[in-house]
Amino acid sequence: MTYPNLFPVLPELFMAFMIVVILLVDAFSIKKSIVTGLTLLTLVGCFVLQLHVDTGTTQVTFNNMFILDNLATGTKLVTYLLSFVVVIYIRRYLVDKKLHVGEFFAIFLFAILGMMVMISAYNMLVLYVGLELLSLALYGLIALQRDSVKATESAMKFFILGALASGILLYGISFIYGATGGHLQLDQVLRAMTIDGNNINPLLLFGLVFVVAGLVFKLGLVPFHMWIPDVYEGSPLAVGTVIGSLTKIAAVVFIIRFLIGGLVLAAQEWSMMLLFLAILSLFFGNIIAIAQTNVKRMLGYSTVSHMGFVALGFVTLSIEGLTSTLFYVVTYSFTALAGFGILTLLSKDGFECETLEDLKGLSKSHPVYAFFMMLVMFSMAGIPPLVGFYAKFKILAALISIGYIGVAIFAVIMSLIGAFYYIRVVKFMYFDEPTKEVAVADACFVTRTLLAVNVLALLVIGILPTSVVIYCQHLVN
Amino acid sequence: MMNYLLSLTIWTPIVFGLITLVVFPKNDCMARYVSLLGSVIALIFSVVMFHYFDPHQAAMQFEEVAPWIPSFNINYHLGVDGISMPFVLLNNFITVLVILAGFKVIKHKVALYNAMFLMMTGFISGSFCALDAILFYVFFEAMLIPMYLIIGVWGSTNRVYAAVKFFLYTLVGSLLMLVGLIYLFFKSNGSFEILSYYNLPLAIGPQILLFIAFFLSFAVKVPMWPLHTWLPDAHPEAPTGGSMVLAAITLKIGGYGFLRFILPIVPDASRHLAGLMVVLSLIAIVYIGLVALVQKDMKKLVAYSSISHMGFVTLGCFLFANGTLNVWAVEGAITQMISHGFVSAAMFFCIGVMYDRVHSRNISDYGGVVNKMPVFAAFFMLFAMANSGLPGTSGFVGEFMVILGAVQTSFIAAFFAGFTLILGAGYTLWMYKRVVFGNVTNSHVAEMDDVSSREFIILAILAIAVIVMGVYPNLFVAKMHTSVEVLIKQVAYSKL
Repeated sequence: MTYPNLFPVLPELFMAFMIVVILLVDAFSIKKSIVTGLTLLTLVGCFVLQLHVDTGTTQVTFNNMFILDNLATGTKLVTYLLSFVVVIYIRRYLVDKKLHVGEFFAIFLFAILGMMVMISAYNMLVLYVGLELLSLALYGLIALQRDSVKATESAMKFFILGALASGILLYGISFIYGATGGHLQLDQVLRAMTIDGNNINPLLLFGLVFVVAGLVFKLGLVPFHMWIPDVYEGSPLAVGTVIGSLTKIAAVVFIIRFLIGGLVLAAQEWSMMLLFLAILSLFFGNIIAIAQTNVKRMLGYSTVSHMGFVALGFVTLSIEGLTSTLFYVVTYSFTALAGFGILTLLSKDGFECETLEDLKGLSKSHPVYAFFMMLVMFSMAGIPPLVGFYAKFKILAALISIGYIGVAIFAVIMSLIGAFYYIRVVKFMYFDEPTKEVAVADACFVTRTLLAVNVLALLVIGILPTSVVIYCQHLVN
Repeated sequence: MMNYLLSLTIWTPIVFGLITLVVFPKNDCMARYVSLLGSVIALIFSVVMFHYFDPHQAAMQFEEVAPWIPSFNINYHLGVDGISMPFVLLNNFITVLVILAGFKVIKHKVALYNAMFLMMTGFISGSFCALDAILFYVFFEAMLIPMYLIIGVWGSTNRVYAAVKFFLYTLVGSLLMLVGLIYLFFKSNGSFEILSYYNLPLAIGPQILLFIAFFLSFAVKVPMWPLHTWLPDAHPEAPTGGSMVLAAITLKIGGYGFLRFILPIVPDASRHLAGLMVVLSLIAIVYIGLVALVQKDMKKLVAYSSISHMGFVTLGCFLFANGTLNVWAVEGAITQMISHGFVSAAMFFCIGVMYDRVHSRNISDYGGVVNKMPVFAAFFMLFAMANSGLPGTSGFVGEFMVILGAVQTSFIAAFFAGFTLILGAGYTLWMYKRVVFGNVTNSHVAEMDDVSSREFIILAILAIAVIVMGVYPNLFVAKMHTSVEVLIKQVAYSKL
């Protein structure tokens, strides 16, 4: 019996090992800060190991089921970085809300492990396994706030819809499996389709529809977006931070692998589907967000519209477009992270900062947080010189370069509508007087510094995006 | 230093604004003086630029080029010609006065207030100097953030509505312009240089679409009828300084956009649609002038008069005769913009002076101000005369030049444009009469005291500017002449 090459999966193995350690330590130690420390240590360790296993070439292992290419390395590093920041932002919140810190971080790490598997999967079933690992961990994270009706409800909703979407995805995969003559490996699916020639098997198309539906469920494109607002609203802010920022990158890489890596020959078909879904998402995401008074819910709908932009990048079917997509999703993750981070830091002593009312007069009580939140909002609205502008600009340029001027104009008008609810947040923070006393957020120095760096990064990358763009291009190639 | 003069002009106020915001968030006194220092330094840089500007050279001057985003061939490319240079100077000049005007009046969030104005000055100078379309766009859009806050935070009762309306109106146009710019990027084989678009052949269809995209962006800024409705809402709600900047400078970016983008990039579409533009401008001049007559709110009145005056700018930009623009009209349009910069800033400042004492903008709350504030009344008289276009003041020069140009191309247009001299005198002087003359009507007016030395300085500086510009307009016109000639040649040439 030959053993698989374990070198490329060292970070994942380390993480799995550390999860066990954390669970054990949590069971026997009283001090919760040890668990937080161990989690941070795990993430740093994974980051370092990931750099260590990167040889610059594509490595495969486990019978080609696991791939470690530039795309995987890069997005994994970004995800570890994001997770590290997430942990810093939410650690006080967890203690404050009496969410079980040990279990939370163990499940949190499981979710990240799931993302890592998704990012590196080269086989449809492994993709599926990664997705399920992520999803189940997220259901658990939301439900962890046992006494909250809202959290339980949203966990239940997420679980039922998520399970349904997984089922649909699996159903689609089974059709592709049959249509290509029994292949699950993405490269073999591609080869089978190449042999087939220009005619795409109708069975495969049938499967494709289901696969696309399953995939975009995770991104949250309309009409598969129903779970997003409820889950965002119902879950505690700490979990919102995880879902709102971390999971997007893995989902995009997942789609790149599946649609570009495996089904690129059916690109004409799926790009039309995605175009349609993207237009719907831009429309409904932005319009419905206007009616929201809950910031979490509003951010949920705003995610839907942003993912519409991301999907438009796929539609272009060019390296340029994919680079834009990756750039968009990475920068969006950091923007959303800062946004959720600020809300998390403002929630204290059982108070959950989640409605627009709660943000009233924030510029008086917390001028710095208000300023940061304003930058986040303007970035999401796509106002230069913040990074959101450049991300949108790249997508628009990619669209216009292939002649989709009408779509570009539509996207522009929709982001105009989007600007309204972002600047409304600024309005509440700056123009209104505070109606109630907001608890003073006493975040520690490290958290504050990290938040400042995070927000300034939005500005700096917005002004000097070149290096990040080149990095994304390098990953996509 | 000369090589980086434009960068210094743009970035000095922005850096000082950041310093004010970060270092003196609580220290109001320091915040005021540091920002005044910043605006004065920026003004000095722009005066140096004005002095060393060579009026006989047609090419861009003080150019700076550095790669910015190489993947899209976007450069940090700055430069000024005779058309943009006066605006940079005007902008920095007005900002010094605006900072001074807010010295005693603004009492809460002082650092933020001053920082926002300084940053906005930098962004505005940047949009006038930018020769790269994306650089222009970034400055152009970034302006929205400070202006949104200025109206929303320091405005009066209906400020939120006004701020949101201002933001969304301006964003509509500029986003469509972005699409137009990206289209031009691909048409010109990957260039965002504005000047490279000037010689780019374009069919009439795309030209018309580009015209619409640019038009929506700049016509909202100018603002042209019927896209003007944000202005009468934004002005009364903005603080004095905000109104001054809004009227004196941000509107000018619209006019500048017509000259820098629309006319040279889509000349054939401009010729096609010139009739429509002239009609819209005349509607602005006559109809909005009539609307101004019936206003009860002084700031609204001046806001409508701004729209009416800016009608001359757009009129001057589209007076074609045999496919060629009229030199008088174009130079008149630019002169009108600069003059309006001084006059409208002065008018809004005067209203601000009275508002600080009585806290009302309604004409009916005043009467007999001259009895209590004789010095102020004298200054106000001068500015009111300038606003109605009295010869000898700056208000006359631009309008006269445009009407002169109009007579040469279309008598009907000139005839209707001439109405402004009656209407302008009507609404301005009638308001002046009701506010200033007569007996003291109520106790608020009775308690008014005359201008402080700070206010006197601001009024005096503006008065000098208005008179100098009115008596010797050549100071500016001579500097812009070569560039205008080049522009007219550019527009005369067909791209089809």
